[in-house]
Amino acid sequence: MEFAELIKTPRADNVVLHRPFHPAVEGTLCLTGHHLIFSSRRQDNAEELWLLHSNIDSIEKRFVGSLGTIVIKCKDLRIIQLDIPGMEECLNIASSIEALSTLDSVTLMYPFFYRPMFEVLEDGWSSFLLEQEFELLSSVTNEWRLSCVNKEFSVCPSYPPVVIVPKCIDDEALRKVALFRHGGRFPVLSYYHKKNGMAMMRSSQPLTGTNGRRCKEDEKLVNATLRSGRRGFVIDTRPLNVAQQARAKGGGFEQEVHYPQWRRIHKYIERFNILQESFIKLVEACNDQSHNMDRWLSKLEASNWLTHIKELLTAACLAAQCIDRESASVLVHGSEGTDSTLQVTSLAQIILDPRCRTIRGFEALIVREWLQAGHPFQQRCAQSAYSNSKQKWEAPVFLLFLECVWQIHRQFPCSFEFNEQFLILLFEHAYASQFGTFLGNNENERAKLKLPQKTMSLWSWVNRPEELSRFQNPLYEANSLVIWPSVAPQSLQLWEGVFLRWNRPSKFLEEAEEERINIIKYNKELQAKVNALRRQLAEMETDEEVREE
Amino acid sequence: QVEQVKLLDRFSTSNKSLTGTLYLTATHLLFIDSSQRETWILHHHIAAVEKLPLTTSGCPLVIQCKNFRIVHFVVPRERDCHDIYNSLLQLSRTAKYEELYAFSYNPKQNESEQVKGWQLIDLAEEYKRMGVPNAYWQLSDANRDYKICETYPRELYVPRTASKPIIVGSSKFRSKGRFPVLSYYHKNKEAAICRCSQPLSGFSARCLEDEHMLQAISKANPSNRYMYVMDTRPKLNAMANRAAGKGYENEDNYSNIRFQFVGIENIHVMRSSLQKLLEVSGTRGLSVNDFLSGLENSGWLRHIKAVLDAAVFLAKAIAVESASVLVHCSDGWDRTSQVCSLGALLLDSYYRTIKGFMVLIEKDWISFGHKFSDRCCQLDGDPKEISPVFTQFLESVWNLTEQFPQAFEYNEAFLLQIHEHVHSCQFGNFLGNCQKEREELKLKEKTYSLWPFLLAERKKYQNPLYNPDFSPELTLLEPNTVSFNFKFWRNMYHQFDRSMHPRQSMFNLIMNTSEQNKQLEEDIKELEAKIKQRNGQSDVVLVKEQEQTAHPAPVALKTPPCFQKEQPPMPVNDAVRTIEGSNTADNRYSELVSEFSKAEPAVVSLEYGVARMTC
Repeated sequence: MEFAELIKTPRADNVVLHRPFHPAVEGTLCLTGHHLIFSSRRQDNAEELWLLHSNIDSIEKRFVGSLGTIVIKCKDLRIIQLDIPGMEECLNIASSIEALSTLDSVTLMYPFFYRPMFEVLEDGWSSFLLEQEFELLSSVTNEWRLSCVNKEFSVCPSYPPVVIVPKCIDDEALRKVALFRHGGRFPVLSYYHKKNGMAMMRSSQPLTGTNGRRCKEDEKLVNATLRSGRRGFVIDTRPLNVAQQARAKGGGFEQEVHYPQWRRIHKYIERFNILQESFIKLVEACNDQSHNMDRWLSKLEASNWLTHIKELLTAACLAAQCIDRESASVLVHGSEGTDSTLQVTSLAQIILDPRCRTIRGFEALIVREWLQAGHPFQQRCAQSAYSNSKQKWEAPVFLLFLECVWQIHRQFPCSFEFNEQFLILLFEHAYASQFGTFLGNNENERAKLKLPQKTMSLWSWVNRPEELSRFQNPLYEANSLVIWPSVAPQSLQLWEGVFLRWNRPSKFLEEAEEERINIIKYNKELQAKVNALRRQLAEMETDEEVREE
Repeated sequence: QVEQVKLLDRFSTSNKSLTGTLYLTATHLLFIDSSQRETWILHHHIAAVEKLPLTTSGCPLVIQCKNFRIVHFVVPRERDCHDIYNSLLQLSRTAKYEELYAFSYNPKQNESEQVKGWQLIDLAEEYKRMGVPNAYWQLSDANRDYKICETYPRELYVPRTASKPIIVGSSKFRSKGRFPVLSYYHKNKEAAICRCSQPLSGFSARCLEDEHMLQAISKANPSNRYMYVMDTRPKLNAMANRAAGKGYENEDNYSNIRFQFVGIENIHVMRSSLQKLLEVSGTRGLSVNDFLSGLENSGWLRHIKAVLDAAVFLAKAIAVESASVLVHCSDGWDRTSQVCSLGALLLDSYYRTIKGFMVLIEKDWISFGHKFSDRCCQLDGDPKEISPVFTQFLESVWNLTEQFPQAFEYNEAFLLQIHEHVHSCQFGNFLGNCQKEREELKLKEKTYSLWPFLLAERKKYQNPLYNPDFSPELTLLEPNTVSFNFKFWRNMYHQFDRSMHPRQSMFNLIMNTSEQNKQLEEDIKELEAKIKQRNGQSDVVLVKEQEQTAHPAPVALKTPPCFQKEQPPMPVNDAVRTIEGSNTADNRYSELVSEFSKAEPAVVSLEYGVARMTC
């Protein structure tokens, strides 16, 4: 298919661009296969706006006389308005945008066409391999092994080709366990707590069904993570009644009878369609400037967004607490093990593991716990909060995770190597990107699409020193402690950097942030200078002493 | 003194506690726990003491403070508890001003320092700074002996054309005699903020002198002959007042006025609003939605928004239209003080400095007779007079500092400290209800002023991000008052609930770093001077040295003495970076597992399982 077929009017002049808190600009609008480009014609202050079609969530058009207006709502929650003279041009442009922003085929997406203008220093596709992770693990324990049982994606289609499992469990057993777990997602290692040797595993629900089916290999596998005489905790992200109902559909939960060393805790985390609804309501509330205080607060409450944040943080803290404080191993799962499970295991690692709070460690965490672990990004991030179409698989599962990280970041502003901008960047790229990183729903699909060969990795770009410097937190000082956030409602806040980003003037806040960075930078310069001067003085003094001798 | 007293954690559900000894002094309640940490509570800060029903561990005693600290003690013996309870009731309720802490507080200042301290803020100087007296405004001596209005200060500025009969006539037509006077003069726009109380207009009464007074104000502004009259009350309240012979200005009787209601609720609504807010925020195990709906139902943020909206309206009338504005409410000492002072703060960057903010409070709050004593319940009095009007003012300022992080010289700690001392009765500034009363109490001789003490600790209250060039003099600060900009002020209402605060404070870090930068700059100067000095010497030496045979100095081998003295980098920050409360026990989720791990051991559940299977 040629993109040109979809573009009836590739260019329109005298278009006026409206953005909140910016003066309206007049200029030329161009449509290409992947971008909507607006450039002001003013010589003195040329402004350009490049918008990926895939970033467009919905579009509305209306007419006053022959002047058409298109309102474009983006997946990064920005809303822009274009006034286009000429009814036909406007209609053409609107229908092109609609078509181009809803392309069905993944291979037509921009990452397959994007040619980087920068030198690739390190191929991000091979920056974070599980083999490297395993090497690190082997240096502290020999209780685990790397299994290639899923090499052909035949045992579990949503798992990566290699996984880390207890050493005493062979591949044959793994195959059996896979049959006992939803979607074949048998328990694998998610995190190993060096401090006390406790492990966090994740899986999907066991397929016990109504007649209480059991699987000896499954029991052996999970028990292999326990120290003799110690207990473990199963954190089920569904409420008990939902878990019980799941049995009717062949699912279920670990019954005490068969898993006597395990205690089950049901810590409910909302399912994806509820989250999507919540997301839409929250964005709606944030976008209406006319709300009076009561209405704003009741809309904020009705969205339930902050409740989800609190629940999720609480569950993650609980998992972390079981490992660090109770010295118990943990198994986390919900139904499929691809959404709430990953939220909990990845957040628990942020709390427990200082490495996950570095830039590289956080990237590795996202690769390991989200991309390789088979979070269906393509389904979940197909549409954002403005979509009119009926929601099917969309949900802000990843965004919710990022916001929880932000909440912890706010409470421990010196313990993270990255800044808020880095989290926002990940949010944007998960929804629309020139990079192939977040395409596909799992490693299997990515391999079939040949993404590593045909597209550029986000990590290749972001890990270049000049880009990285924008995402560094100047306050960072490595903190080896476990960080326990407060989950009291008074301690949680709306993530303004995402939800109010386009709805309020941010100039003063940005300037203040810059000033903060300057103070820190200046401090480092002064420190260096003082040290240099002291050294100089000391040398002089010793010189003199020597002379005196 | 009572031993073995337990201090409970307010938000913990697992009855975690600290054990220690409770002492009662003449001025303070003191609790020292087993690790020798001290908690001091000033008796004047105590808003309420409550004895809860006896429990197995003892007799619980809950103390609520005006600075929103809540402590929960458990006293082992009921008798002791009863004694403490009674003593606290007596100690926290003072009947006479002379018994307040300020009269016994002795900061070891000599007399001249005390006098100087009181002279630090000079309102005559402040009016001069604004540019009055001038061709349009003059100092009136009408109230020199508090004859016209007891609750106003002696020195008042009025339009030159307002003669004494007009002043007297107008004051008779205004509630409590509070006639229109100058609060702030904007010299660039030649426009004024004036303040007064409601007119005694009833349904149809008018007063020519009062009408002349308003006309004089509008004529004193050469740039705009229209003036705004802002009634800060909701229209309904103002109308109800007419039945009592009070009310609001009739636009037909006054020429060139634009009348406007802005709808800020009265002191009683504000009091119960705060009460509701505290009830919600004090709930244990609060859910997000209960918090948000409680916040909404309390109406607190709605009121803060209303106050700030009114201030923005006022400031815009002056800055954009160059129109003078007359502000009043009922008596002109609560809402009027809020709106006038916030309006001036938006208009004039001087009030965003530490000294300027003190001046602003002295002028619009203290001198114009905001009833601090009644509103803050300094003496045992009518509980219906208590209202958090000044707290709302501070909260509005805090909201502005959040939106304009670089516009204010002072920081949040400054606002919190002022709030603390408005209630502490430790200094004389806020005692009493008006200037006349303060003079009668001889506060300037018998007590000390707060301001020099705050200035002495200036470093603590400085905003490291402050940029004096942020806004040129007399340019308007335009806050965004869309609802989502208003946040719950956790550091005010949970100042003492450390578990809710961020574990690492970015603010403290920046503040310390900024402070350290200054020190480092000094160090550099000093070191450079030393080096220069030595260079001077060593130049001579060097020449000699070259004559001698050169020998390598063993610098690298020897540790120079200076290095040993070298401070570790960022010494101040180390304290900040240690993570407070980094333990699960501080958080509520911890209880889930600890409760859980107390449950029956695994073996039992096995038996249970087996038992069920055999059934």
